[in-house]
Amino acid sequence: MARFLAPEAFVAAAETLSLLPFNLERMGTSQYLVANMVGDFIRLTERELHRLIDLRLQPGDGLYEKAYAAHLITGTNQQAQRQLLALRLRSRMSFLRQITPLHIFVVTLRCEHSCPYCQVSRQSTDRSRFDMSDETAMRALDIAFSSPAARIKIEFQGGEPLLNLPLIRTIVKAAKARSGPADKVVDFVIASNLAMLNDEVLDFCKSNDVLLSTSLDGPADLHNENRPRPGANSHELAVAGIRRAKEVLGPDRIGALMTTTEASLDRVDDIIDQYLQLGLDGIFLRPLSPFGFALKTKQFQKYDAGKWLDFYERGLRRVLDINRQGKPFREFYAALILTRMLSDRPIGYVDLRSPAGAGLGALVYNYDGSVFASDEGRMLAETGDNAFRLGHVDHDSYKSLVLSDKLIDAISSSLTQCAPECSTCVYESHCGADPVYHHATQGDALGIKPLSAFCARQKGIMGLLLDILENSPEDAAILRRWAAS
Amino acid sequence: MTLPLYGTALLSSGFHGEKARSVVRLRPVECSDERHTSDFALVKTPEDVQRALECNWRSVFAVSDSSIVSLAPKAFEGRFIAVPPKYDYLGNGDVLGFDHSSRKFRTLFRRNSVHNSFLVTERCNNYCLMCSQPPKDVDDRWILNEIKESLPLIDSSTHALTFTGGETLSDWKDFIGVLKQCRDLLPATSLQVLTNGRAFANSQIVDAWKDISHPKLMAAIPVYAAVDHLHDYVVQAKGAFDETVLGILKLKDRGQRVEIRVVLHALTAPVIAETCRWIARNLPFVDHVALMGLENTGFAIANDVMLWMDPMDYREGLAKAVDHLAAAGVNVSVYNLPKCVLPRSVWPHALQSISDWKNAFVEECDRCDEKKSCSGFFTTGRPRFSRGIAAITSLGR
Repeated sequence: MARFLAPEAFVAAAETLSLLPFNLERMGTSQYLVANMVGDFIRLTERELHRLIDLRLQPGDGLYEKAYAAHLITGTNQQAQRQLLALRLRSRMSFLRQITPLHIFVVTLRCEHSCPYCQVSRQSTDRSRFDMSDETAMRALDIAFSSPAARIKIEFQGGEPLLNLPLIRTIVKAAKARSGPADKVVDFVIASNLAMLNDEVLDFCKSNDVLLSTSLDGPADLHNENRPRPGANSHELAVAGIRRAKEVLGPDRIGALMTTTEASLDRVDDIIDQYLQLGLDGIFLRPLSPFGFALKTKQFQKYDAGKWLDFYERGLRRVLDINRQGKPFREFYAALILTRMLSDRPIGYVDLRSPAGAGLGALVYNYDGSVFASDEGRMLAETGDNAFRLGHVDHDSYKSLVLSDKLIDAISSSLTQCAPECSTCVYESHCGADPVYHHATQGDALGIKPLSAFCARQKGIMGLLLDILENSPEDAAILRRWAAS
Repeated sequence: MTLPLYGTALLSSGFHGEKARSVVRLRPVECSDERHTSDFALVKTPEDVQRALECNWRSVFAVSDSSIVSLAPKAFEGRFIAVPPKYDYLGNGDVLGFDHSSRKFRTLFRRNSVHNSFLVTERCNNYCLMCSQPPKDVDDRWILNEIKESLPLIDSSTHALTFTGGETLSDWKDFIGVLKQCRDLLPATSLQVLTNGRAFANSQIVDAWKDISHPKLMAAIPVYAAVDHLHDYVVQAKGAFDETVLGILKLKDRGQRVEIRVVLHALTAPVIAETCRWIARNLPFVDHVALMGLENTGFAIANDVMLWMDPMDYREGLAKAVDHLAAAGVNVSVYNLPKCVLPRSVWPHALQSISDWKNAFVEECDRCDEKKSCSGFFTTGRPRFSRGIAAITSLGR
């Protein structure tokens, strides 16, 4: 039937093609990893890359199809390719619609633990000096309720917040009373070492839908070494607390976080096994805190990142083993990054977003009424650096805090979308700005990324995840499930 | 066997006046029923004729051999249509379109069927290589009028209706009027509109579509590839891919329901995994994706050499395609392909999709355990059968 036209009739001429924005990184002698505007990855050879850039490609040659499906090229007069990118970018960035959803209340600085990696806690019985007052708490609540987010989370921190349970009760009661009139949903979480957990606390949590979040650094010897307390029983109390909380509140109402110290680095299997034994559904392998170690010497940092990545990879592979043996168990940081890499769901995780989560993602109300852009910002202040102290509940409003020069400078100078090294990075779509970290380690919110352990870790983890996705089908299927929900 | 949905009446009488066509609804020969001007008593036996006379029916539709036919017109003063016995499937509540001068008729609606579709027009701005309903450039706007006349006659408990073409949005203003009529008359009926989606690149048309506000309206739109030139070639229209994708985005932007349809043949099936990976990544918000075996009729016969691909040769790609979509949480179904040619992982997605009037099985199927939940085959056109057709039994396979 001659009425049908041949394939050539539908081929665009090269001069009607345009390039769309993309980032790239050389991965080997002639291999490039290429990411489109929303972070979809493809691999190209050097020859292909040059042909792409010169628009020396044609329908049917394979490269055209690869580049078109990956949104690297468009017909100059076409709209759909650009609209798809715009739509997906809009979806990815829509976490910005929920401004300042997290409000951290440091209800006391007192703690019965004396952890060496903690910069802030005090062993003291002086309530008047280190506890937040009712008045300060109510002012902080005013600010929290002025944030635009329709759903806010109030997190109680310390010190050990359970040492000031009466104030937690007061705040929860007041916040609940306000949530209706303010048309906001309020969630609560207490970050506690669980040493003081008792039936009174559990009853309170149960009747007020309060989540618990605790620290569990691994098996007893490691945990207790990291977290000294009188009696050397921190681990025993945490484990008992987790079991009890799961029983009374439900398995999904208690979470545990680990902090990696130098002593953890060779113990990742033991740490993971501890989480498995407790019936937890996953683990968050968190990096070493820069506020304990990395601050001391800048040379230490890079070495540190490499060592930590080894630790992370061993841990991730162990977690994948566990899954392959039929037990669902996640590594939560990988799950977070995979969600970014494999979907366009908005992820506003405060430590991995750009614009940064400082202030826009969270505000921290310190026991004394001073307000910080992040929890790490408050720790810096304890060592005399007030770079992220935005103001005080007595003198400031939500607006004056969030529109303060300090915050605007930190956020606008650290945007990955335009920062040197970041803006052209192949992983940019899935990464974040961390002005507090870079300020702490390099004295500059933007930072020099080749010197940044944060950058080295991010690139290392994403490279590892890509490698598994591309080369290990069975593990890739497990990783894809983490991203799906 | 294929059910005959159109034909020519043996004879007709009593049709006068300006109208060239009438819409006919069939009713049982009873005295008490309330009668619409379009209602005809359905008679199949001499006793039925007698009863129709007793009940004073002025409009009669006979499905019968010549014995009744010769006797009936003399007995009736009103309108009379007689069709041959092969249309015996017609029953109470069915609706037909009847052309007075040619005596040609088409069955428009069968109340007992779950597969009712209205052809809206034969015009189309695509010219798909495998089109089962080859487009004609004719003035057929009368069809829309016939549909408008039919809708009030349709049982309001009807579960689903499909509108097909041609390109259903060729006369978009009139057609959207028809859909608004459905909203008012058939608010509980699922409406599926087959369209190439290109019209929705025009915001004015998407806005009008949104304003229909039928709660169960779905636009079913074909996307044949992740790449412009391949889609454009399949639909034989340069620029179609861009307009279609843009149309889908605009519909979803306005919260409208969209199904993507991919017809599987030698041009689309080899890249189906890539196409679906692309859909999963770029359009995961569509409401449904249907991956459809080819109906070998219309242009598909003319282009058989270019299009035929044994499903056995793309089953692995199809399994990957389904996996990509399911993993992204996209609701995916496989249509028109028998279970014996599908990998087991695809079975949960395989539906009995072929319309009842053109659906059948082959002899091999008689000893198959899965026949009851299998799509079977098209009877239309020139069916082609996969080399993989084989009964699935608890012993074998």
